[in-house]
Parts: sequence; C-alpha cells; structure tokens
Amino acid sequence: MNRLADPAATPAASLSGRAWVGEAPLFAPVDLVLERGRWTCLLGPSGVGKSTILRLIAGLDTGVRFDGKVHRDQPVALMAQDPGLIPWLDVTGNVTLGARLRGTLPISFMAKYPGGRPSGPGKGTDGRGAAPPADSAARADALIRAVGLSDRADHRPDRLSGGQRQRVALARTLFEDRPLVLLDEPFSALDARTRAQMQELSAGLLAGRSVLLVTHDPAEAARLGDRILLLREQGLSECPAPPPRRQGHARPYDALEVLAMQADLMRRMMA
Amino acid sequence: MKTLAVLVATILAAWQGIIWLSDIPPFLLPSPLAVAQALWLNRVEILRHAGFTLTEVVLGFAIGAAIGAALAVSMGFSARLSGVLRPILTFSQTIPVFALAPILTLWLGFGIAPKIAVTVLIVFFPVASAFLDGLSRTPQAALDLAHVMGAPRGRIMWHLRVPAALPQLATGLRLAAVYAPIGAVIGEWVGGARGLGALMIHANGRMKTDLVFAALLMLSLMTVIFARLVSLGLHRIWRRYGV
Repeated sequence: MNRLADPAATPAASLSGRAWVGEAPLFAPVDLVLERGRWTCLLGPSGVGKSTILRLIAGLDTGVRFDGKVHRDQPVALMAQDPGLIPWLDVTGNVTLGARLRGTLPISFMAKYPGGRPSGPGKGTDGRGAAPPADSAARADALIRAVGLSDRADHRPDRLSGGQRQRVALARTLFEDRPLVLLDEPFSALDARTRAQMQELSAGLLAGRSVLLVTHDPAEAARLGDRILLLREQGLSECPAPPPRRQGHARPYDALEVLAMQADLMRRMMA
Repeated sequence: MKTLAVLVATILAAWQGIIWLSDIPPFLLPSPLAVAQALWLNRVEILRHAGFTLTEVVLGFAIGAAIGAALAVSMGFSARLSGVLRPILTFSQTIPVFALAPILTLWLGFGIAPKIAVTVLIVFFPVASAFLDGLSRTPQAALDLAHVMGAPRGRIMWHLRVPAALPQLATGLRLAAVYAPIGAVIGEWVGGARGLGALMIHANGRMKTDLVFAALLMLSLMTVIFARLVSLGLHRIWRRYGV
C-alpha cells in the first residue's frame, strides 16, 4: 500500500539521531515518529533530554550537539511549563500575541493596547498559521470563553492564578490554530486538582490535532497518551498501547485501569 | 523631608557660625548669607546663564539618550555588532571628558555645539548600557514562543524585547539626567562666555567666590529639578505598560 496516498499515514513529524552536551551523550540514538491526529506522550525523568527533543522538533535553540535529522512539514504551536505570558498585555492581548508579533492584527484591535501599532498584512506565515485579520478578535473571544476566562478577558497576568495563566496559554495555543501542538510539561507547576482539570480541558480543545506531550508524570501519560514512549538514559522504548480513549476526553483519573497503567509506567521508569 | 530641612538648616547655621567666629577671608569661603546676597544681586545674570546651560542640558540629554537607545537596539539585534561595539564603548568611557572638552572646542568652536557634544558623550553611555542589559534579559519562554509563532526579528524587538526592557531604560535615563548638567558645565569651562560654567570660571578668576557658590547652587537646583522632571515624565509614559 502506498503510504503517501493516505495523509493519515504520513507522520506529523519525526526525529532520529543522538545528542551530546559537550562530550557527554545526552540521549542514545532515538527514532521518534509523531502520528497525525494523535497524542504522543514522551515520558521520562528529568535530564534525559525530553525537552531537548521537543525543542529540536520546534526548531528552537537547544545548546546541545545534535547529530541526526528532524522532519516536520507543518507549523507548530508551543505550550510550556512557563506560560510565557506578556505582563503588560491583558488576557485578550496575550491570546492574540501571535497575530501581534506577525503583524496581522487589525488596526482597530491593536489600538486598544500599548505598544500596538498598525501595520500591513503579515508575511511570515501562511496556511493554517495566519487567520484572516478581520475575525481574529471574535476568534480570541470565543477561545477565551472556551477556557472559561470570559469575565477576566481584560485582566493582566499578575491578577491571574497559576491555573488561569495556563488557561490563557492554552487559548493562545489554540489561537495559533496549528495542526501540530508541542506541550512541554505544561501542567507540572499546577496543583493536583487544577492539573486534572487542565488535562481534561486540553484533551477536549486539542482534539483532532497531532500532539507531542512531554511529561515526567506517569499519571498524566496514563490519562492523555494515545501512544506512550519512555525516554531513559538507555534510550527510547515504546510502552504497551493504552486502551483507546474517548475522543476529546482524558481518561478518568480514578479508573482502575488508568491507575494500573500509571503503576506500570512508574515501574518501567524505575527499572 | 522635615529631617532634611533640619539637617540643611543645621549645616548652614554651623557654616555661618564658623565664618563669624574665625578669620577665614570671604574669597576663600564666603558665608551662606554672602552667597544668598550674591545670588540675589546677580539674579538676572545667573538666570540668563542658567538658561543657556539648561538649553545645552536638554538638547544634549535628548540627543545622547537617542544615540544611546539606538546603539542598544542595534547591539541587541546583532551579537556580532555587540561584540565589536562593547569594547569600543567601554574604551570611550576611559577617556576623561575633561581631556576631550578642549579638543571638542577646537573642532566645534566656542558656540553651543561643543557643550552639547560633551553632554552627549556623558549621557549616551549609561542609557546604552542599561537599555542593552534590559534587551538581553527578555524571558526565554516569551522568546521561544515568538520564534515558534513565526515572528520577524524586528517585531520581536519592537513588541517584546523593547517593552520588556523599559525598566532598565528608565534606570539609564534617570542616571543620565543627573550627569547631563556636568557635561554641559565642563563644556562651558573650556571655552565661551555663556552658561553657568563660564560664569563660575569668570567669577573664580576675579576672586568672587560668593558668586561661584551662587552659580553652583543654581546648577544643583537645576539638576535636581531636571532629573525629577525626567523621572516624572518616564513614570507617566510607562505607567500604561505596568512598569
């Protein structure tokens, strides 16, 4: 069967190779393939290079020596543990940051914010990355509603809680409307309850996109992964395929099979 | 504020007391009363000279701040340019302005130009150095996002790095506002007949020490007010950024 004929069969992105920090190897040769439309969980302890792999796929500086190749033919959106909110912009301003930075916000919309300056149509991106400027305000409103922050749309980040900040980051990620989404420990700094809520919310709002979720939390991998890959000093290994999860939902945090999978992942990490 | 007033009054009283009780001649140390008298008797002339100095300070500060900010932004854009310019800028600060002022007067004449040039030389460095420091400390998370979002470098600079560096730019500008009058006065010392610096040199040569002190007092007052106005202006402009 011709793989190229079926778009679902071509990977969203792939990475193969190895990396060193100075002379010390960071990770053994790995071969990672992100399947289209699914959540790939990259699970592992700190310091084994999970975030480095994510940054290599994102095309960001890593400070490591990488020998191998990264393949990615679609634009990405990024959401990390540090939500990276801009302190002088309110929630709406932060959600629409990408359009502001590309110069694709409508003039009337930019005038509301300090530092906003009218400019011509953006050139940097094309395709799914750039929304038509006219409806970006309406789209931002809808996304802020979807993450439950409508009543705080004009608040600056210093007036938001940690969980609310990650909600803004999620809305900003969705505003980018990219087919491939990279999540780098996005919920690690949250308390257990907020983390569980954010996992459910993200599973719903990111449904249908290809997602790479980097995490050190076996419980998170057990709830969200369609595929779970374990990265350790010894290299990358695939964990047994989790049971299929309901489209647009995280697996229940209290289901026995999810807890059993969490325990199994923990055992593999300790091995 | 009250403590400050009491302190100043005490110092002035002690100063006046020492003059009364000792034989220090007025051309060595004039009494505060003599200084006040000189200030009042020469008020028209002092204000006229202060006006010249203030013009030099304002122009030199504006030009120096603009040059400093432009240097910082261009160095922020290019690590290579920064690597070349940084040592040159540091080197430029090792040359005492006192030594440069006569040369600038030689080149630019006895008018306002050399005074402004000295002021610019003093002002641009703290502005450039503080602003560049701020530009190189944009949070990495925000920069990562900007790269992934496909933002051009110019817009990252204008919408992310510059606003994030405003507190450091403000620090540099406040510092420069205090130093700017020093530059203008050094310029006036070296050549020309206008400005508080020229007035001081002239009065000093004629042993009119009370007038020197009066001019100094005027200069200090002007500097404090100028620095305060710059500070207030910055505060007003950047309050909307939540800086």
